[in-house]
Amino acid sequence: MSQDTLLASLEVMHRIRETEETISRLRLSEDIVGSVHLCNGQEAIYTGAVRALDLGRDAVFPTYRGHGWAIACGVPPEAVLAELLGRASGISGGRGGSAYFTAPGYGMYGENSIVGAGAPIACGAALAGRFDGSGRVALASFGEGAMNQGAVHEAMNFAAAMTLPVIFLVENNTYSELTPTRDVVRNDQFFRRASAYGMAGVRFDGNDPDAVRDAVADAVERCRNGAGPVLLEAMTQRIVGHYIGDVQHYRPAGELDAAIAAEPIARAERMARAAGVGDTELAALRQRVVDEVDRAAQAALSAPLADPATVEEHVYA
Amino acid sequence: MPEIIEKTLSYAESVNAALSRALEERPETLLFGEDVAIPGGVFGVTKGLRRKFGERVFDTPISESAILGGAVGSAMFGRRPIVEIMWADFALVAFDQIVNQAANVRYVSRGALAAPLTVRTQQGNAPGACAQHSQSLEALFAHIPGIRVCMPTTNQDAYDLLLSAIWSDDPTIVIENRTLYHGAKQPVRIGGPVQAVGGVGLRRSGSDLTVVTWGAMQHRVLAAAERAAAEGIDAEVIDARWIRPLDLDSILASVQRTGRLLVVHEAHTTGGVGAEVVSRVVESGVQLTSPPVRIGALETRIPAAVQLAARVLPGDEDILGAIRRVAHDVPAGRVEAMPAGAR
Repeated sequence: MSQDTLLASLEVMHRIRETEETISRLRLSEDIVGSVHLCNGQEAIYTGAVRALDLGRDAVFPTYRGHGWAIACGVPPEAVLAELLGRASGISGGRGGSAYFTAPGYGMYGENSIVGAGAPIACGAALAGRFDGSGRVALASFGEGAMNQGAVHEAMNFAAAMTLPVIFLVENNTYSELTPTRDVVRNDQFFRRASAYGMAGVRFDGNDPDAVRDAVADAVERCRNGAGPVLLEAMTQRIVGHYIGDVQHYRPAGELDAAIAAEPIARAERMARAAGVGDTELAALRQRVVDEVDRAAQAALSAPLADPATVEEHVYA
Repeated sequence: MPEIIEKTLSYAESVNAALSRALEERPETLLFGEDVAIPGGVFGVTKGLRRKFGERVFDTPISESAILGGAVGSAMFGRRPIVEIMWADFALVAFDQIVNQAANVRYVSRGALAAPLTVRTQQGNAPGACAQHSQSLEALFAHIPGIRVCMPTTNQDAYDLLLSAIWSDDPTIVIENRTLYHGAKQPVRIGGPVQAVGGVGLRRSGSDLTVVTWGAMQHRVLAAAERAAAEGIDAEVIDARWIRPLDLDSILASVQRTGRLLVVHEAHTTGGVGAEVVSRVVESGVQLTSPPVRIGALETRIPAAVQLAARVLPGDEDILGAIRRVAHDVPAGRVEAMPAGAR
């Protein structure tokens, strides 16, 4: 891996992390209200995957833990923050909030706060590609908890039966909301389910953006070559609660510390140092992003609120 | 636009003609669902379309979430999917894709995306059908802003309303009725301009009371109206074929003239669309000569045995009794004292 690529990934991951940290502060100050799900610890997945996609034609369908996907796809942090703050300048004008905003102009076709619901929709996006000549690959991303939803099963079979170019990317953070996933399945190696659908299935280190990029790039190639869908399982850990306010009393002692030690930003910085990047340069990179997100937060906070007079717009054509 | 020709078609053939025209004229249309392509549909409605239009018409697994999600996703990306959910009851296993997904696409994206999809389904009781194949669920769909709902009953409407739904840029549920598919053939005008969504059908002109109904139930209503006419009650029968958007103006114009309102539907009464019609009419302030009445299925599950189901669903006598009650302003408290046939 080149140093440039490493630093570029690091910058995106910092942007995601800083945006999430800012959201966390704004939630605690109640500038942001409602349920918020942060993705701290899972940044490498979005960062690596987006590098393997062509967002001019490909389409990403994330979940309610989707701020990181949006930032990785190129949505400016200000538009994400403004969305959570209910501002007119939010990426969905305050219609979506934390859990359900959409950014089609960036190839990010919507968070989804119904677990697993994006998987069949991604099949539809891929189906459209069969007729529009775009060669589109649709990537549906969801946690491993969603692997037990009927809609995901239906989508996997549908995509496989129809040889649709869909990548099912499982962000396996080992928790189904607050419950250890191993407690609610017999076999928690989800990539092994792929063979039952006639798909390729691959498990890899989801805290390494390059491993993610390589896996997604292989899957994209298979999809574009008409080989049908792929199931990818990115192993990771969230280093924050399921939602802001979740004190994670259910995590065994030491687990969170181990997860923090393995989290992708610290890890990428260790790799950068090993490759000869100095502490000063790494600190400057982070500071640049911190300043950028600070400015974004200030701009979002001073933007006008979404106008209640518009609430009935865009219900019908 | 094809020129208008008249053909003698069954309801099923009218639906087929509309699908054929849509697939012909709109290359972005797709038609998929369980058994719709090579088998031609469990009711034979989509017969011949696969042969005519090839891969744009295809069979799916028994996976309502995948069918409806596939419709939402492909519609977001420029296709105009028409999907079949074999029974309205089956839509419930994938209600998420209609209520939480399709209905929100345009709103959350502020018009950057749309979901111009059409769901064809059919509902209602037929002899021997069980409780999971008998329900009338239009109120569930019609409750959702962002969704449009229609219930074609005549063969002409089976053609016209389906085309309006497909041409509409909003997610639209077209609720058919299997008891109508292979009924009498009627002259149907094929071709011509596609109508905008909305509007009622005037099925019988009358001056004494307004009966609002929709779906296959209107055949019973029309029969009861003729019997009432023999008793000197002149009922106007309106087919509120678009449930959402409901054409309240046409209903109000009729009630304004008659001063009396009866709503008859096959769906359960509590929370049914009849409650909406009555509320809207009362809220409008139009002067009513007698209290409005609605009748629908009894508040029980729908049993399979024919004689049991007949007790649950509004029958000819129930409807005639309700017409008499509204026309003669019989207070509700006196209904019990009336002969059973007049209830």
